[in-house]
Amino acid sequence: MDAAHLATMANQIARNFAVQGDAAAIAATVEHITDFWEPRMKAALFASDQTALSPIARAAVARLAGG
Amino acid sequence: MAYEPQADFGTPPARSDTEATLIIDGRAVTVPAGTSVMRAAALSGGAIPKLCATDSVAAYGSCRLCLVEIAGMKGTPASCTTPVGDGMVVHTQTPRLQKLRKSVMELYISDHPLDCLTCSANNDCELQDQAAGVGLRDVRYGYGGANHLAAEADTSNPYFDFDPAKCIVCSRCVRACEEVQGTFALTLDGRGFDAKISAGQAADDFLSSECVSCGACVAACPTATLQEKAVIEIGKPERSVITTCAYCGVGCTFRAEMRGEQLVRMVPWKDGKANHGHSCVKGRFAWGYAMHRDRITQPMIRDHIDQPWRVVGWDEALGFAAARLTAIKAEHGARALGGITSSRCTNEETFLVQKLVRAGFGTNNVDTCARVCHSPTGYGLKATFGTSAGTQDFDSVMDADVMLVIGANPTDAHPVFASAMKRRLREGAQLIVIDPRRIDLVRMPHVAAAHHLALQPGTNVAVLTAMAHVIVNEGLADEAFIRERCDWDEYQDWARFVCDARHSPEVLEPVTRVPAADLRAAARLYAEARNAAIYYGLGVTEHSQGSSTVMAIANLAMVTGNIGRSGVGVNPLRGQNNVQGACDMGSFPHELPGYRHISDGATRALFEADWGVTLDAEPGLRIPNMLDAALDGSFRALYIQGEDILQSDPNTHHVAAGLKAMDCVIVHDLFLNETADYAHVFLPGSTFLEKTGTFTNAERRIQMVRKVMEPANGLEDWQVTQALANAMGLGWDYTDAAQIMDEVARLTPSFAGVSHAALDAAGSLQWPVNADAPNGSPIMHVNGFARGPNGKGKFVVTDYVPTDERTGPRFPLLLTTGRILSQYNVGAQTRRTANVVWHEEDRLEIHLTDAENRGLNDGDWVRLASRTGATTLRAMVTDRVAPGVVYTTFHHPATQANVVTTEFSDWATNCPEYKVTAVEISPSNGPSEWQADYAAHSRQARRIVTEPAA
Repeated sequence: MDAAHLATMANQIARNFAVQGDAAAIAATVEHITDFWEPRMKAALFASDQTALSPIARAAVARLAGG
Repeated sequence: MAYEPQADFGTPPARSDTEATLIIDGRAVTVPAGTSVMRAAALSGGAIPKLCATDSVAAYGSCRLCLVEIAGMKGTPASCTTPVGDGMVVHTQTPRLQKLRKSVMELYISDHPLDCLTCSANNDCELQDQAAGVGLRDVRYGYGGANHLAAEADTSNPYFDFDPAKCIVCSRCVRACEEVQGTFALTLDGRGFDAKISAGQAADDFLSSECVSCGACVAACPTATLQEKAVIEIGKPERSVITTCAYCGVGCTFRAEMRGEQLVRMVPWKDGKANHGHSCVKGRFAWGYAMHRDRITQPMIRDHIDQPWRVVGWDEALGFAAARLTAIKAEHGARALGGITSSRCTNEETFLVQKLVRAGFGTNNVDTCARVCHSPTGYGLKATFGTSAGTQDFDSVMDADVMLVIGANPTDAHPVFASAMKRRLREGAQLIVIDPRRIDLVRMPHVAAAHHLALQPGTNVAVLTAMAHVIVNEGLADEAFIRERCDWDEYQDWARFVCDARHSPEVLEPVTRVPAADLRAAARLYAEARNAAIYYGLGVTEHSQGSSTVMAIANLAMVTGNIGRSGVGVNPLRGQNNVQGACDMGSFPHELPGYRHISDGATRALFEADWGVTLDAEPGLRIPNMLDAALDGSFRALYIQGEDILQSDPNTHHVAAGLKAMDCVIVHDLFLNETADYAHVFLPGSTFLEKTGTFTNAERRIQMVRKVMEPANGLEDWQVTQALANAMGLGWDYTDAAQIMDEVARLTPSFAGVSHAALDAAGSLQWPVNADAPNGSPIMHVNGFARGPNGKGKFVVTDYVPTDERTGPRFPLLLTTGRILSQYNVGAQTRRTANVVWHEEDRLEIHLTDAENRGLNDGDWVRLASRTGATTLRAMVTDRVAPGVVYTTFHHPATQANVVTTEFSDWATNCPEYKVTAVEISPSNGPSEWQADYAAHSRQARRIVTEPAA
């Protein structure tokens, strides 16, 4: 999977939830990726360069990757 | 059923809560007040002679054939224009009436060809029937007087002829064009003996006029004056079958009128609940693709895509496909496989494909073409209302006082429903159009939008938030509705958000380019209406904020209390015939049928018990993700039923690369489509005329599709999918499509009461159909929303996030795409019909300012380039689009508009951002290098060799 594309997708999700405030946006991003992303997409995102992610997306990925 | 004309009650039904009882020819009949005497007589089993009356148009009272005698009333009133009265006593057959009618018929026949035996309408002609009915035996005036018998026929329309020599000037066609279709293309020109039916101006013929070939005039004509060419060529049908159109999401029902195995004509069915006897040029006439010479009716295989196709038998093709799928699964795992269901196929076929993928392949990598159109509708309406579907039936529009049409072009894409909208607008409803392009509804005969908000593409959310800002700040919110029906705390959060000054129309005007005063006026009009309804299309969904826009629309409906009754609601206009059904049937990779998440253990257990397999609990790949995964080698096989993703999906280069990377692409289709250039297996498909099943239209209406002829390939599509499943050892044993629907009903609560037998009995049913709603649910959320334990609607804060697709010096214009009336989607069907006479190529609409700046004239070849690719097509200079915006359709593979669209997509669903692409336009001498290469590749990829029989 194209890690850069996945990072763009994750950032897009996080950006659209950002209006809820950081805590809620991180939770919503986690829920969205859990509900809609196929395992290899999640794995590739977790393994990608996290600096390409926005703070909300990065926090969501950290929570997801941490199980 | 044997051929019988559809019943004609003479005048339309009356809408009244009171009734009247009268006596007609000694029989008592009770009808709604306001019903005509003619209709009452027809309802009681009688038949008053008539010529100018038909029940699709208002009474006209010109032919004087329907005269009756009414006790206590002077003279012989026309029964078509005389309303019933309680206690009225009517005589329809008396010697006096017989004499009058015979005299009238003599006049008609004195100026009519006496060629009944060779006439195309012989034995199916109202004039002939009425002459017989009144006992006409001779014509006292003779036939030598002045007449119209030498008038020249107009054969310009590809589907029907107009022969004025046979015209009785009853004006039914003119009135049908006005009242049924709402186009006003026909007129009665001249007076008295000189009166004649005219299409457009004097210089026009039917083809060059504004006629949209809907067929309403042909259906209304009582003679052979307006007659289908197919009837002229083939003859009168001998039987008919009721079935459902396979074009757009309106879901018109038709009588397929047959001679043996030959389809003579498709006639809109008067009892169809979606179309009420109306049609458009596609459903009515553009069915010739079903018999087109391009159809592939035998399976084909090849080891590599650079080889020619080899025609083989079903067993060899299915064995080849199954072996490849099995081998790939063994080597790379189940998640290396996937499938794509079709919104053009039946519910039963779609259900089987997703079952094959989930239960047979062992993965949830199943997706559908709704990914690229209405997936944001599924997400947005589920989040806000709890159900991934529109809230109303189509008839609801007749109670709407204000219609808000956003990102939809109903007169082109949903023309039969557009006719209903136009009818309601002519009655006085008001219209708001939010669209970057001046669609026809903005201004057309007898219709004018109160407001056209010509927004900058990509700013839907900003416009809708600004409307919400006006509504809440000006005290126009329906607080009682919100408190009762929605979560109050969530509403308050949302209200605070939209009330912020940064969301005012004035602040957002530089972004949206919508004048603030216009936006404020539109918001007030919508909010203050007694009943206001929102209708939207792909101009809402195909954006990076498609899902947000759907939720913003839902917010508007809730804040104004426009939910839960007739005349209001949120109405997604679905593009293809069975988009709703394909989504209902579990075509999304994260949902089982009935929109239940795959991670829900209880639902999964239900399916596992029924199917005898263990299902993957993780969501599968969406179509764009499948293509991405193919490029990294982890996705290797794809079964595609009835879709042409190479032409329909964005960024054609990327789609081609993904397909090329796969080891096994199975295309199951009518034609060797563009995607098949990259396929290893071709399984021939069957048309909607060749199969039995159901389609579900945009109003959740499930309707029967009935086989009218045997499949040219020998198998219905569900049988092909079953055969593939069985080649993989799954042991399926469905014997008909009804059994598949029974399984759907068994496993899906919203379909619990659906069966083919129930649909046959009811005509159609709108889901949910279950114990709570055994007759279906025309309007949803009447007493509560379908979400959460307390049924409260959810206000979702939708922040405007500008798209990443930006114009700049290299690409200064914004391209948006759409469709046209005569063509459908990728054109696979309509390009193989005479509809090409109206649209033989995709054109680029460009504002005259932008054209002038580039030295372009109307008709010039231009290069359309974006950062992803370039193509060429001819320019159409127009003021329909604003400066800075260009527009084209995507119906023709020679253009491949999607070679320029990008990978940007909706944040929630990955629905492509077709509606916003930064482009530049420049003069061109001819096809781009890519187009030339593509044409050469297609020729190479479509070679077929037929091996001699062993």
